[in-house]
Amino acid sequence: MAAASVIEARELSLTFETADGPVYALSKVNLTVQDGDFVSFIGPSGCGKTTLLRVIADLEQASEGHISVNGMKPDEARRKRAYGYVFQAPALYPWRTIERNVALPLEIMGFSAAERAERIARNLDLVNLKGFEKKFPWQLSGGMQQRVSIARALAVDPKLLLMDEPFGALDEIVRDKLNQQLLELWGRTKKTVVFVTHSIPEAVFLSTHIVVMSPRPGRIIDVIETKFPKDRTLDIRETPEFLKVAHRVREGLRQGHSYDD
Amino acid sequence: MTLAATRSRPSLAGAFAHGSTLPVTIIVLIVIVVWYLAAIPMNRVLSEPLIAAAGGGLGNTLSISWSLPRPVLPAPHQVLIELWNTVFIVAPWRPKSLLYHCWVTLSSTLLGFILGTLLGVGLAIAIVHVKALSRSLMPWIIASQTIPILAIAPMVIVVLGSIGLTGLLPKSLISMYLCFFPVTIGMVKGLASPDPMQLDLMRTYNASTAQVLWKLRWPAALPFLFASLKVAIAIALVGAIVGELPTGAQAGIGARLLNGSYYGQTQQIWAALVAAAVMSSGLVWLVGFIERRVALAMGGRP
Repeated sequence: MAAASVIEARELSLTFETADGPVYALSKVNLTVQDGDFVSFIGPSGCGKTTLLRVIADLEQASEGHISVNGMKPDEARRKRAYGYVFQAPALYPWRTIERNVALPLEIMGFSAAERAERIARNLDLVNLKGFEKKFPWQLSGGMQQRVSIARALAVDPKLLLMDEPFGALDEIVRDKLNQQLLELWGRTKKTVVFVTHSIPEAVFLSTHIVVMSPRPGRIIDVIETKFPKDRTLDIRETPEFLKVAHRVREGLRQGHSYDD
Repeated sequence: MTLAATRSRPSLAGAFAHGSTLPVTIIVLIVIVVWYLAAIPMNRVLSEPLIAAAGGGLGNTLSISWSLPRPVLPAPHQVLIELWNTVFIVAPWRPKSLLYHCWVTLSSTLLGFILGTLLGVGLAIAIVHVKALSRSLMPWIIASQTIPILAIAPMVIVVLGSIGLTGLLPKSLISMYLCFFPVTIGMVKGLASPDPMQLDLMRTYNASTAQVLWKLRWPAALPFLFASLKVAIAIALVGAIVGELPTGAQAGIGARLLNGSYYGQTQQIWAALVAAAVMSSGLVWLVGFIERRVALAMGGRP
């Protein structure tokens, strides 16, 4: 263990009590995420991948087990604003311009006006949205809106970036492009990223570690480490190494499903 | 070419037929015709001896029915003459001027509207933030609106008068009582309208309750607020008029109505009603105008 672990989960379980009885969203999850990793959670819907991300972000609380984020309990980490969170939808506030949407977390966290202006300019530049500062969200395409939400998450300069299927609603062409941009961003900023997806190519292309999950109860069935270079391009998706990893992910997903029927 | 020319420059008659001008004109004409016709049988009791004395006939029937000094139903032109005389002929600061009475009613309407809006918004903020209040307060708020305002208005005026509060404030309180309700209902809905994702976002920033209120709930609630304000300002005017009825008919649209009915001055009643309607639509238009400006500033699509 050379790098410090950013996320550490031990025997983590989460049970939702519903009218139809308990739902085991997470069951005995063990996970370690190191500083600088790009970790993807992949699995079919209902496997608890979003729930696990929300537990890390303290948007849900675990029923059992232990989890630490930056060496703290999740609620402490949240109060210390240790992470940036990107949701499935851009969740931009429609009454704010693009720059004021990026400014939102900065306003809440009490940054000075000068500091805000500098960070807005820097992060909009980072997601290639220079020149759109004064536009309103509805004037931008879905892909651009999601890039604004990434800039917003990056604006507070968190070491940890949590992303919940951020490109799920976008078409494949836009998604490829954003994947490439996200990878470049990760290479440049050296952040730790935890990324939820249900796309195998996306997970294999982006990640240093792929966490394969399975539903009922939600659990981890495989963790695959990839060894692609940091400056990889979309071309690697045709290499035998890529296909081998993708195959192992697919096998894991199939195995998880066999409990169902 | 000719097609393009006709398209780009529509004729006046075309605009008249395709716009809303034609239907609006037709409806207004129908109302005026029905009004004139109705004045004939409704004024019969008063007009019959005069018509007989004049020798009968259609011409006499019409001219007498539409020009009685104290008709049951005045003809539209009689109301217009009354309006002209009391608005443009008399100086606006004289008690004979309709504008003077409009101002008296308008001032208590606006004060009541502001108080009612503040109360309504305050209640809504409390209800949205404290779960127990939505259960405990809401039934009282709803019950308050089931009491007929005409029944309690005199009590309010008398009780407040006995502790030395007279004039503008008691009337405004009746306006407030009526108009806080739509504001509360609209704002409870509006302040709770942000979706879970927008609220989760605030949670990831560890935003305080006040920050969530001012940066998320309040702007999200503004469309709801304006819808409520349009209802509120119209019924604030009704409240102010009702509040003027039991004050001994000193001033205001309500006093004009009461005076008119004491002395059989139906033109005066109708003129006051027209003035109330004009004020009411003006106020609603004003709220709508501000709403459009605010929506534009908040990134609304033009």
